[in-house]
Amino acid sequence: MRPSAASRRRAELLLLPAINLAGALVLSALVVLAAGADPFGAMAVLAMGAAGDPASLGYTLYYATNFIFTGLAVAIPFHAGLFNIGGEGQAYIGGLLASLACLLLGPRLGVAAIPLAIAGAALGGALWALVPAWLRVTRGSHVVITTIMFNFIASGVMTFLLINVLIAPNQSAPETVAFPEATWMPGIGSMLGPSPINLAFPLALLLALATWVFLWRTRWGFAIRAAGANAEAARAAGISVGRSIVLAMTLGGALAGLVAVNELMGAQHRLLLDFSSGYGFMGIAVAMMGRNHPAGICLAALFFGALYQGGTELSFDMPQVTRDIVVVIEGLAILFCGALENLFRGRIARWLGQEFET
Amino acid sequence: MSDGLVDLLSILAATLRLATPLVLAALGGLFSERSGVIDIGLEGKMLGSAFAAASVAAVTQSAWLGLAAGIACSTALALLHAYAAVTQRGNQVVTGMALNILVAGLAPVLATAWFGQDGGTPNLPPDARFAALTLPGTAALSDVPVLGAIYVRLLGGYNGFVYGAALAIPLTTLALRSSRFGLRLRAVGENPQAVETAGISVASLRYRALLLTGFFCGLAGAYLSIAAGAGFTRNMTAGRGYLALAALIFGRWQPVPTALACLLFAFADAVETRLQGTPLPLVGVVPVELISTIPYLLTVMLLAGLVGTARAPRMLGVPYGRDR
Repeated sequence: MRPSAASRRRAELLLLPAINLAGALVLSALVVLAAGADPFGAMAVLAMGAAGDPASLGYTLYYATNFIFTGLAVAIPFHAGLFNIGGEGQAYIGGLLASLACLLLGPRLGVAAIPLAIAGAALGGALWALVPAWLRVTRGSHVVITTIMFNFIASGVMTFLLINVLIAPNQSAPETVAFPEATWMPGIGSMLGPSPINLAFPLALLLALATWVFLWRTRWGFAIRAAGANAEAARAAGISVGRSIVLAMTLGGALAGLVAVNELMGAQHRLLLDFSSGYGFMGIAVAMMGRNHPAGICLAALFFGALYQGGTELSFDMPQVTRDIVVVIEGLAILFCGALENLFRGRIARWLGQEFET
Repeated sequence: MSDGLVDLLSILAATLRLATPLVLAALGGLFSERSGVIDIGLEGKMLGSAFAAASVAAVTQSAWLGLAAGIACSTALALLHAYAAVTQRGNQVVTGMALNILVAGLAPVLATAWFGQDGGTPNLPPDARFAALTLPGTAALSDVPVLGAIYVRLLGGYNGFVYGAALAIPLTTLALRSSRFGLRLRAVGENPQAVETAGISVASLRYRALLLTGFFCGLAGAYLSIAAGAGFTRNMTAGRGYLALAALIFGRWQPVPTALACLLFAFADAVETRLQGTPLPLVGVVPVELISTIPYLLTVMLLAGLVGTARAPRMLGVPYGRDR
């Protein structure tokens, strides 16, 4: 029986990321070998560290929450044909507004400040993405470059604010006072042992689902995908490409901003220097590996959350392999799943075609 | 000699030292970008070179072997970049980002494994580094007022890399403007079809452009770890690759304006370091963290057309294939 084109496509959709990921992992294993450690042993330590006991699993899901947010933040603009590298800065500014809401409104409103702080996180991220989007639409500025620049601008502004304005009194570390306890995101890890997993995790899953509905089941999502696929054709069909770009970027920025909900309101309970460092870039790896589909992004985020958590164990058990191996795998995943995505595609398509036909 | 002059000279000298890696990396990026390949991977190439140079210099105790290793590593990364971006026609931005992240992880992993230090190489003794050059007549002139100070403090006392970077600016200008390779390079970034029609391979031109990028980033990285510094430390480039990219855009993809942009950014950096914590009359303590964002703000403003206009190479970022 000949399979339909759709089922072949579906097979390719699953097989291709798996093979690309395998390529990245094989190379990572070689790096571990070059570092003088046993790759299989390292993998076992990673896996045990990520899910060996309930608390580790809680940490894995907690990290995955950040990566779902930043992965979606890359994916939505990607569907509009834009590359948002600004997740780091968007999360940072989101953290600023969320923290201000917690610190200023928390004492008065109590728990009621939480939704406002969540809105603040989204608003901060959205604003930090809105400027590059708006410059792209009105002045044609390249979003890749402007979002990179905005990461550095956010970093400078936040360092300034934390050192000079927001720093807790009589303290040398550049961080604010603790948020009022009422504004902490409720933990959901009681059955998972002591871990910082909190309500931001189900929120991330919910928003991943909402992103899917938005992109594939609403006309705004359709407009975004049409603008990304072929701006000329979309324009000819009466779609406002500019509006789609602004919408996709601000939604992406808002999602990146929500990292603050998990990281600051859920775990650190204060605003601190460089809290978003690395999470924004990880979103690129997550989006590439998840092929910019919300379901794929959740899986990829889980994978990298496990790596992130397992990497901590790894550096305890095998001192010659540092945590940075996670960054190596991240880089290789972007390389294989993003930059070299065509490397295996032709071969797989041919192989799938023949396999199904015989 | 007045303190003011010494202050000024030391700020200017610091500017030249800080500008050197920026100029080298930005000129490297210029070749890549003029050929039509976006290079946000300058940071990774520099970092790779800094690590390889310091590692080899630490093992062999030879600065020259270190430099060779730095250039080799950066060039290898450039080749990988070219393979993904040109041969595989992958997304160029994704490729550059992948390189940056890969090297940011790889360097500390290997440094820790090989040297047993946290993400860095051992401190290099003076023999394994490039020392500052002493210009002829330094001793004789150092007592001459003003002119002597300018000669000794502003023109002399640098590493060879600093003079090399200065020399690279006219050489790049000349190569781009007057050589056959330069003409083709500019053409391939604007209209690759025309170049291909003339019987010249677009892919080979872009590969050669990226090799040059690798070479220059190799110099920039080696300068950081075995000339200006004494060994590799984690994330040693600290965003200089992105700053060089900003300078390249701010310099509108032209060698001399790009180098001037690097000098401007380096000057801001030197002044910032100088002003750290010292209150100025009228202004008070200068917020150095905010000053450091100026280069990025300027670049955004330029891209927005608020301070002049920047026209990128027309085919920048567009993979080329004959079927298009």
